[in-house]
Amino acid sequence: MDAIILQILNGLDKGSAYALIALGLTLIFGTLGVVNFAHGALFMIGAFCAVTLSKILTLSFETVDETRTDFLGNPLKVKTPYVEAWFGPETGGMLIDWAVPLAILFSIPIMIGIGFIMERGLIKHFYKRPHADQILVTFGLAIVLQEVIKYFYGANPIPTPAPDALTGSFDFGVLLGFDPNAVIYPYWRLVYFVFAAIVIGAVFAFLQFTTFGMVVRAGMADRETVGLLGINIDRRFTIMFGIAAAVAGLAGVMYAPINSPNYHMGMDFLVLSFVVVVVGGMGSLPGAVLAGFLLGVLESFASMNEIKSIIPGIDQIIIYLVAIIILLTRPRGLMGRKGVMED
Amino acid sequence: MLGLNKKDTTLLIIVAALTLLAPFILNPFPADSALAQFNAGYPDLMQRFVIFGIFAIGFNILFGLTGYLSFGHAAFLGVGSYSAVWMFKLLSMNVIPAIILSVIVAGLFALLIGFISLRRSGIYFSILTLAFAQMSFNLAYSVLTPITNGETGLQLTLNDPRILGVSATADGSIPVTNLFGIEMRGTYEMVAGPWSFQFNTGYYLCAIIMLLAFYLAVRIFRSPFGMMLRAIKSNNTRMSYTGLNARPYALAAFVISGMYAGLAGGLMASMDPLAGAERMQWTASGEVVLMTILGGAGTLIGPVLGAGFIKYFENIFSKINDNVLHSWFSFMPDGLEDAMVALVYPFIGKGWHLTLGILFMLVVIFLPGGLVEGGQRIMRAFKRRKPDETSSETTTEPAE
Repeated sequence: MDAIILQILNGLDKGSAYALIALGLTLIFGTLGVVNFAHGALFMIGAFCAVTLSKILTLSFETVDETRTDFLGNPLKVKTPYVEAWFGPETGGMLIDWAVPLAILFSIPIMIGIGFIMERGLIKHFYKRPHADQILVTFGLAIVLQEVIKYFYGANPIPTPAPDALTGSFDFGVLLGFDPNAVIYPYWRLVYFVFAAIVIGAVFAFLQFTTFGMVVRAGMADRETVGLLGINIDRRFTIMFGIAAAVAGLAGVMYAPINSPNYHMGMDFLVLSFVVVVVGGMGSLPGAVLAGFLLGVLESFASMNEIKSIIPGIDQIIIYLVAIIILLTRPRGLMGRKGVMED
Repeated sequence: MLGLNKKDTTLLIIVAALTLLAPFILNPFPADSALAQFNAGYPDLMQRFVIFGIFAIGFNILFGLTGYLSFGHAAFLGVGSYSAVWMFKLLSMNVIPAIILSVIVAGLFALLIGFISLRRSGIYFSILTLAFAQMSFNLAYSVLTPITNGETGLQLTLNDPRILGVSATADGSIPVTNLFGIEMRGTYEMVAGPWSFQFNTGYYLCAIIMLLAFYLAVRIFRSPFGMMLRAIKSNNTRMSYTGLNARPYALAAFVISGMYAGLAGGLMASMDPLAGAERMQWTASGEVVLMTILGGAGTLIGPVLGAGFIKYFENIFSKINDNVLHSWFSFMPDGLEDAMVALVYPFIGKGWHLTLGILFMLVVIFLPGGLVEGGQRIMRAFKRRKPDETSSETTTEPAE
């Protein structure tokens, strides 16, 4: 029992990342009808926003401390980050420590900006082109973004720790009456899950309860009619593209402490997120979220030793296997709408 | 000739001449000159040209004719490589059985994947093939380690049985791949003045196989079967309304292109007998898509051009470092020289993929027909201008 709960918990954080990326992909697909292969790159850029902010915060100047010496007997050079000098060691140290959560605020305008530029500068010209062209051009864009990041940050993963207060683990089992240490779960993964739930909730609330969201939903259902009513639906869809980019970026920012960001992390997630979108049903937002969590949990179940000993290697292929079975038995996916992408 | 019309025969002859004379054509600069770094006439690179040419020709039969965009073709290449290496391990170092087995295994594998994937079309097909390829890649890395040797990759050892050959040569080393005794690595070097040309057995084997593959592709393009595939691309729905089941045709195209990929994989292993899982990764599948699009999908010569173009520039660009750049821009004043080097540096050396990505985007945006369409546009521009201008201008060759 405790093992099962542990696996569900383990699946949730990966599932949250899948759900967030798949949500963004579906938003773009549902509004603009574009298959965005560069979405993984947006996730990666989000993670590098966190890296950048923590680098900016730790920018330091050197001073020579005459009272102490290093092991060679020379006066010790002390590095002091500017923020510590400006705000005092207390506040400055805390700012540096909380770089990743702060990066959330830092990344939202950046990601929305990148989203706008991408949509207006490139994707706009591809609405009328076949899906194959859209896939290819965004694939090219993904390579370019990836290589630009690699040029500036290098090819190695950059560790970006979570705040000290959240680095420990949480003994989840005690709450449920199991032995201590039976179900241990790192705090940050819990934070990630809660954060993802909030972001997903916010996106749904935005679409459901605001006038803007209502217009967007109407546009998703019938773009032409909404346009004929005199509403500038294109501008709203551009904004939705920005929001989708921000969702992917936020998923990346918060993922940085779980896996040190490297330049190809986006591609790894992209392939899986596409599978998630297809399983959930192309164009269905709840489907994307549901499938994201479902596949995340399934993946972690499959990596249990008990299951691996029965079917070796199942943890590596379970997601693809599920996707293949779903596509063949329920071609529209779990919650796909009729008439979306059926050719 | 050979059942081809005049235009196709000319094309075939041009391709044959280019591949067979490649050691000369690709080595235009004397060996010691400063421009020697642009020479591409050494065996390893030439082999890669033709092998990836075969891969792209095969991919084009599927994508160019039927319009099904497969993102998992590298899986067939990988499977072909593995089966070829197993043939070297178990049977003999002769390349013929290895290549035959790799084509057959890749074909069967493609039949299985194609049978499932072709139930869906459009983006679903792309994602299904991608899922299958990633699945094979993950399996090759983990559970199938007894067959694939996991991360290390499959290699020959001295303990392999090699029923029809020898486990080890007389001096105790691993035997080399051969064609009935002719070693694949054998290279004849011809020195003519300052130039040196290398003729490699392996390259010529690959080149001849590529010519056969190219000829077969021309025949497929011109056959009623090819017409049927084109009909699938232009309007699949109408095809099914006329009461015709198009899926067997698409499946046949998928299997054929999978066999081409297997052939390329087998040749790759024959030239250098090792196989690794990274050949199956989806970036490798993306690469063949790039080659086909860059050259011109749906054209005969396009994929070959695209493969050559990408492999050539990959090789040349990767070799250029900042010293070379400094020597190029040394005629400029110092400050300007440094600025130019700083400007160009991100795009060369390790930054080759950045250049490739940008190039790819530009091609998809502005030139969906690839290099071939670009060439045609230039030709048309010249033809249109010709009648107006009576003066006999020297026509410039379109740069490759």
